[in-house]
Amino acid sequence: MKDLLLVLPVMIPMSTGILTLLAWRRRRLQRGLSLAGAAGLVAAGVALFAEVSGRGILSSQIGGWPAPFGITFVADLFSAVMVLVAGLVGFTVALYSLASIDPILENFGYHPLYHFLLMGVSGAFLTGDLFNLYVWFEVMLVSSFVLMALGGGRRRTDGAVKYVTLNLLSSTLFLVALGILYGLAGTLNMADLAGKFAQASASQPVGVLRMLPMLFLIAFGIKAAAFPLFFWLPASYHTPPIAISALFAGLLTKVGVYALIRVFSLIFVGDTAYTHTLILVIAGLTMVTGVFGAISQNEFRRILSFHIVSQIGYMIMGLGLGTPLGLAAAVFYIAHHIVVKTNLFLISGVVQRLGGTLELGKLGGLYAARPLLAGLFLVPALSLAGVPPLSGFFAKLGLVQAGVADGRYLIVAVSLAVSLLTLYSMTKIWNEAFWKKAPEAGGGAAAAAGAGIRTPLVPIALLAVVTVLVGLAAGPVFGVAERAGAQLARPAGYIEAVLGGGNR
Amino acid sequence: MAVVMAFVIGGLFAAGIYMMLRRSVVKLLIGLALLTQSVNLLIFDAAQLVRARIPIVPEGGHSLIPPYADPLPQAFILTAIVISFGVTSFAVALAYRALRTTGTDDLDRIGETERS
Repeated sequence: MKDLLLVLPVMIPMSTGILTLLAWRRRRLQRGLSLAGAAGLVAAGVALFAEVSGRGILSSQIGGWPAPFGITFVADLFSAVMVLVAGLVGFTVALYSLASIDPILENFGYHPLYHFLLMGVSGAFLTGDLFNLYVWFEVMLVSSFVLMALGGGRRRTDGAVKYVTLNLLSSTLFLVALGILYGLAGTLNMADLAGKFAQASASQPVGVLRMLPMLFLIAFGIKAAAFPLFFWLPASYHTPPIAISALFAGLLTKVGVYALIRVFSLIFVGDTAYTHTLILVIAGLTMVTGVFGAISQNEFRRILSFHIVSQIGYMIMGLGLGTPLGLAAAVFYIAHHIVVKTNLFLISGVVQRLGGTLELGKLGGLYAARPLLAGLFLVPALSLAGVPPLSGFFAKLGLVQAGVADGRYLIVAVSLAVSLLTLYSMTKIWNEAFWKKAPEAGGGAAAAAGAGIRTPLVPIALLAVVTVLVGLAAGPVFGVAERAGAQLARPAGYIEAVLGGGNR
Repeated sequence: MAVVMAFVIGGLFAAGIYMMLRRSVVKLLIGLALLTQSVNLLIFDAAQLVRARIPIVPEGGHSLIPPYADPLPQAFILTAIVISFGVTSFAVALAYRALRTTGTDDLDRIGETERS
């Protein structure tokens, strides 16, 4: 039963992808399959979460080969939470794309690619082996490459070239790091590495030992869009169709953050004075550059893209603190951020449909025309800035508490200042797009294009409800995050679950 | 042998990165291809080069006698080759598409006209 639970989050998107491929060019069938598969992924995520929450860390050795040799799937609470949130976002964006995606893209294989992407994401969250992590990254990236370039056009091709190049470079560096790590420790199973890397490092010069974490930091840092490696993200995320960029914004960089947290809480824990301090510095710079980038922009989706970068800084800050509370806050922050950021991108899609553009200067009057949409924008926007009682407030509160408890006042001050600037740029969107009077030319277009926005509002409302609920039930939700943080901070349980239990 | 390999790998890396820094999309692709090849060699080399010691447990024994040629890195390389093949062919298709839609293979000019 537990084996099935662990593989289902990969199996369901894979079968859905294959089935939608078989239903090539039969759009109605593909849409039904896609939605059913995404709903299945949510169900599998809930079941996995319930099991992991109740019975502790699960692990499974595919094919019965014992742990350091076979293919390992592991789910601790962090993985389970990530799979659950990925399923939720996968489902809502699938729902949204029913109403918004261009039929031409559907004929070019949008649905199969969508599910193969989800498969790569779940696989990356569940694998217990670094080389398999590389393979899952590639599964995810190849689908995302095609989704990014789908449909063509000059702007989209430009974005896709940048996106593809930098992500390939990051994969190459990841592979370099894997090769050297294998040469050093003789294994790539993460739980096995936790012990063996410490053993192997005893006989190595400190330069080699610092180079390896740095290679991983750069490789995952590019994927997570951390400072100073984030430039591909704002250059490409505003080009694809809204549904695709919402999915990317929600999930892809967070897979990089997940990998960072996993590697730096399990394997590279010997030299924290060096690595984790560096991570904290990167976190601070990521927050600041991201938010300044956002302030300088005047296009809805570009602002949101820069905010992804800024928010990545908060998640890495939790990792850099390295305490159980810091890691718990990082877990909470990632989950909150995925929901909120996806929602903001989906809203930008509706705004684009109403106003015909995403340039803030040409938008306006949306509050008067669509008060419901304006309200739905306020929920994730204020949550992103960290206004109580929404989910973002508790995520930031956790980080600040962890930082103060650890005596890292500088990073706490930076994070609070960046929150204020986030609020500023969210109010800028609010003032420009929703509050100010509609410019003359745009007003007529807004009224004319108003039909058919009700369906996209359903997934947006769903995600907004989740944000509010997480805020209202912050106690129990943060309790889960604290347990996940405790598991991450004390990896003995994880190692025991992979190497000790299972099939031996 | 390890020293020679180190220089080969380093040279390939340098050539790959140099090509990636050029502005032409085609040269970028060649750079990516060179990089992936050098990584494969690096994995091969990092797991130690051992000649003529096959990783088969001798009759009557229970474990391998070191040194032996580790088969696992070769499996990694095989996987990496397959993946890089797929990704590179996608990148070639994308470059062709970029050339068709924009009429240029200069990276700085692909996104240009739409802005102005």
